[in-house]
Amino acid sequence: MIHTKTVAEQSAALRAGELSSTELTQACLERTEQHRELNAFITVDAERALAQAGVADERRTRGEAGPLTGVPIAQKDIFCTDGMLTTCGSRMLSNFTAPYDATVIRKFNEAGAVLLGKTNMDEFAMGSSNETSFFGPVKNPWQADAVPGGSSGGSAAAVTARLVPAATGTDTGGSIRQPAALCGITGLKPTYGRVSRYGMTAFASSLDQGGPMAQTAEDAALLLGVMAGFDPRDSTSMDKPVPDYVQSLNHDLKGLRIGLPEEYFGEGLNAEVATAVNAAIEVYRSLGAEVVRLSLPNSNLAVPCYYVLAPAEASSNLSRYDGVRYGYRAPEYTDLTDMYEKTRAQGFGAEVKRRIMIGTYALSAGYYDAYYLKAQKLRRLIAEDFRQAFEACDVIMGPTSPSTAFRLGEMTDDPVSMYLNDIYTIPVNLAGLPGMSIPAGFDSKGLPIGLQLIGQYFDEARLLNIAHRYQQVTDWHKRIPPGF
Amino acid sequence: MSLDKDTVEKIAHLARLQLNEQELQAYTDSLSQILGLIEQMNAVDTTGVAPMAHPQDTVLRLREDRIEETDQREKFQRISPATEAGLYLVPKVIE
Repeated sequence: MIHTKTVAEQSAALRAGELSSTELTQACLERTEQHRELNAFITVDAERALAQAGVADERRTRGEAGPLTGVPIAQKDIFCTDGMLTTCGSRMLSNFTAPYDATVIRKFNEAGAVLLGKTNMDEFAMGSSNETSFFGPVKNPWQADAVPGGSSGGSAAAVTARLVPAATGTDTGGSIRQPAALCGITGLKPTYGRVSRYGMTAFASSLDQGGPMAQTAEDAALLLGVMAGFDPRDSTSMDKPVPDYVQSLNHDLKGLRIGLPEEYFGEGLNAEVATAVNAAIEVYRSLGAEVVRLSLPNSNLAVPCYYVLAPAEASSNLSRYDGVRYGYRAPEYTDLTDMYEKTRAQGFGAEVKRRIMIGTYALSAGYYDAYYLKAQKLRRLIAEDFRQAFEACDVIMGPTSPSTAFRLGEMTDDPVSMYLNDIYTIPVNLAGLPGMSIPAGFDSKGLPIGLQLIGQYFDEARLLNIAHRYQQVTDWHKRIPPGF
Repeated sequence: MSLDKDTVEKIAHLARLQLNEQELQAYTDSLSQILGLIEQMNAVDTTGVAPMAHPQDTVLRLREDRIEETDQREKFQRISPATEAGLYLVPKVIE
């Protein structure tokens, strides 16, 4: 069955001439149609996808194909796509046809990848369950009444259900890694500055980072190779060479020092998740790694710190949605202020409004020092904890999420509990480090468990290597939900 | 710390969000709850710590001042709710 194959396998099949990109794209489009109940996609443009597949097939005939040429990829609906609806999961942008391509989209186009569709997501990437989307929640393919995680929930579900071999996501506080964990796939959030944010709708600009979501570390390496690189259009993009992420996948792990922060194994961690994570670390020991116990003493402050910085930046970023230049405008209003207030009241959902207001409050006169500045100082302490930790280890490991997938609706009335889902992922964004989640088992309900790997700045190649070696000796990442 | 309704109403106005009475009450509750979470930050003394705005502490690049963009007004205005003669339309501001 071609749809269960990885990007690397599909690429090999295309190269060997076993099938064409047109046939492969057709198969993915059919599966996407067949599994609409997951609500993983906001837009699927079959005509456009098939046209791109045709171009990819011609390119192959000319001998100009790269590894991703002709492979169908889904894009999170946060990446502006010229001539295509780019909604960010919001009513505010429900009519927004982007007039340009995000750098990530342009790079996939240049690589010859086929854009299968745009995936569902929490509104403006604000959420951990994909329930804040204006287009309705996404279902977890492992259990239809469970959430897929968020905010890149549509991408996670699409890859998990093998509707598409890989997808992109974005991660501000865990939005690639947490859904990857809850759906049982491989997700990588690169170092801040590694992947261009140009055309990636901003949530919290100092934290947002795009990255790959795939079945395997090898596929994530292939995708990251396309996505990464300096972009003069992103003022925070880092001008550093992009290594060959595939070439280093098989490096030996003998002597690898794995840091285990005590704060990541304390109160609040589900026992079954802890057991699976510990078992995964044992696998690494058998591969020659050693374990170092350490502490990230300020990590308990990461969630409070994040819920100042991210909403503050969001309140500023989202002030652009005014109903004037693009997007939704309220149908009736009395004057300009009324037009703004009604447009934004109707265009944004409850969680987005909540975060805009928290951010507005934190930035308002008289509170700036107590909230925003204080949080920026804590951010440095949290980053400093990691810097010290990496003096004693090469990679930090722990759970991605404190629990497995929760039920739809279970946490929607309790924002603070929802926020605590990201307790292990948020510190990584604050520090700007790269992090990954890889499948490491299942709980007694049959729901996936994710192992988080945290690396040093720009050490994505090593993270992918560490993840790949684990996937060579385990098969959690090969499990497909029943019915898919 | 808990917020009162007047403060939330003020914040909502600053953020240009119209709230009805029921929403005002709900946000007063949930924002207060979130502020409770945020105030855990006060447990740590941050005297003398330099604020961190960017993970790599880099400075913004400068570029040469030359024209790179082309005029795409028509394309950009096609997606606007209301335009006329190349201008964006808003409700009358000046009588």
